Amino acid sequence: MSSPQRPPRIKWHVIVFLTPAVLVYTAVMIFPLFATMRLSLFTEVEQQRMFVGLENFKTLFGNTVWSTQFWNALGNNFQFFIVHMLVQNPIGIALAAILSSPKLRFAGFYRSAIFIPTILSFVIVGFAWKLILSPIWGIAPSMLDAVGLKSLYAPWLGREAYALTTLSLVSVWQFVGIPMMLIYAALLSIPEEILEAGECDGITGMSAFWKIKLPLILPSIGIISILTFVANFNAFDLIYAAQGALAGPNFSTDILGTFMYRTFFGFQLQLGDPHMGSAIASAMFAIILIGVCIYLFGIQSRMRRYQF
Amino acid sequence: MNAARQNKTQIFAAHGALILYTLIALFPVFVIVINSFKTRKAIFREPLSLPNADSFSLVGYETVLKQGDFFKYFQNSMIVTVASLFFILLFGAMAAFTLAEYRFRGNTLMGLYLALGIMIPIRIGTVAILEMMVSTGLVNTLWALILVYTAQGLPLAVFILSEFMRQVSDDLKNAGRIDGLSEYRIFFRLVLPLVRPAMATVAVFNMIPIWNDLWFPLILAPAEEVKTLTLGSQVFIGQFVTDWNAVLSALSLAILPVMGLYVIFSRQLIRGITSGAVK
Repeated sequence: MSSPQRPPRIKWHVIVFLTPAVLVYTAVMIFPLFATMRLSLFTEVEQQRMFVGLENFKTLFGNTVWSTQFWNALGNNFQFFIVHMLVQNPIGIALAAILSSPKLRFAGFYRSAIFIPTILSFVIVGFAWKLILSPIWGIAPSMLDAVGLKSLYAPWLGREAYALTTLSLVSVWQFVGIPMMLIYAALLSIPEEILEAGECDGITGMSAFWKIKLPLILPSIGIISILTFVANFNAFDLIYAAQGALAGPNFSTDILGTFMYRTFFGFQLQLGDPHMGSAIASAMFAIILIGVCIYLFGIQSRMRRYQF
Repeated sequence: MNAARQNKTQIFAAHGALILYTLIALFPVFVIVINSFKTRKAIFREPLSLPNADSFSLVGYETVLKQGDFFKYFQNSMIVTVASLFFILLFGAMAAFTLAEYRFRGNTLMGLYLALGIMIPIRIGTVAILEMMVSTGLVNTLWALILVYTAQGLPLAVFILSEFMRQVSDDLKNAGRIDGLSEYRIFFRLVLPLVRPAMATVAVFNMIPIWNDLWFPLILAPAEEVKTLTLGSQVFIGQFVTDWNAVLSALSLAILPVMGLYVIFSRQLIRGITSGAVK
């Protein structure tokens, strides 16, 4: 409409509307992200900040004191993630499948009740389970005794071999509501006609779930997997609330979040080192970025989507 | 006949599975709350029974209210959560409206830039955030937390809200323009009231993670007078590990406000999730 010669008017309202969000987001999120990566290239010598290039990363991966801790935390983090993928998401999908069955009574009640652990803070969840599993209180052993399985009881959180799995399961208990809700929503959006068409061909019940519904909710399962991945690889709170910054026993529950916290904030007698902390944060960023890229380019783009 | 019976067993099995999982989900909360009302002896002797006249005791709550400044913590958490939600909604809606409504150079790029933060956790930048807060003197103030949570909540808020803003009819906005309303009035008077349900969804999504966060209060605002409820109860419980009455009461008191919020907002939250706001 306007003649091409006239320079476009500055739309002030666009600037006014966008500025606050962009400013806060850039200043408090994007800028610190890059500043942290920049900090990982520096170190402090006699209270002077000094550029050292990739020296911190060399220490992190080359120096055995650091590298054993790092690989331990990364391995534990993967274990944490795998337990979530194998336990949390299947249970969530199963619950959603049951909940979405037509004419189920009290569905709303079950849904709200199962979601309750998700809204509780890690502090509550961590301590509550710590108390319940504690050998002093004896709720867990006496309950196992009631079903004749007392011999299975061990102070799980205190044993190196079990502590991480136990905490992963506690976290699964807490967050099962999220995959349940998202899959439930996806299942509800499947049109009735498709299921009816399947019924005409004799596909009902379980086989309807495996053959019709599951392929249709695969994109949602993909989203849940990447959400779980990102959440697990910057997890911290539950481990800290239940086991403290040292992620005991003997670092067996140490994950990247607790490792980074200990490193940059310091604990007990060790002083905090923001530069090594930044190096760990950068490594975490790289891991999350790789995961997100694998999802976006490897999985999501290949997934078939159905339009109804 | 056969089909009907099979149907009945199926329904029975469905309810069985759901009841079992509901019990698993609620059991720990139940145990904590009932035991917080018992004497120390009863807590250990009969952990699973309800408090009765004999075993009833409020000694744990007395300790908590005497020792910990839980009202102060509650107030801090409330201020941080409400202020963060206010800024997330205001700034987020403004940005979402701009992206959805106006054609300008860099529109798509701006949308992508703001969406980056949906997948990248803000915690990665903690070291630099702490340095920034120290140098601006905001460390150990509630403002530090409010700013961080606002930045953390904005990407998803802009994303969800702009989806909804696109659905607001153009005719309505153009009618407003013909009547001589400024763009600001169109936004605040016409568009905002129409996307209120979406704003509520965004608010509920952000509320619980902000209220429950432990990481940033621990790092940015650990001082006594700015402790949030989550951090406050964590520290309190850490100090009173051996006083089971106090620990159980503190846990129950920490559960209470979240449960209250959940009871008020659970419909909104569940509707938000199931309406596919997070795609």
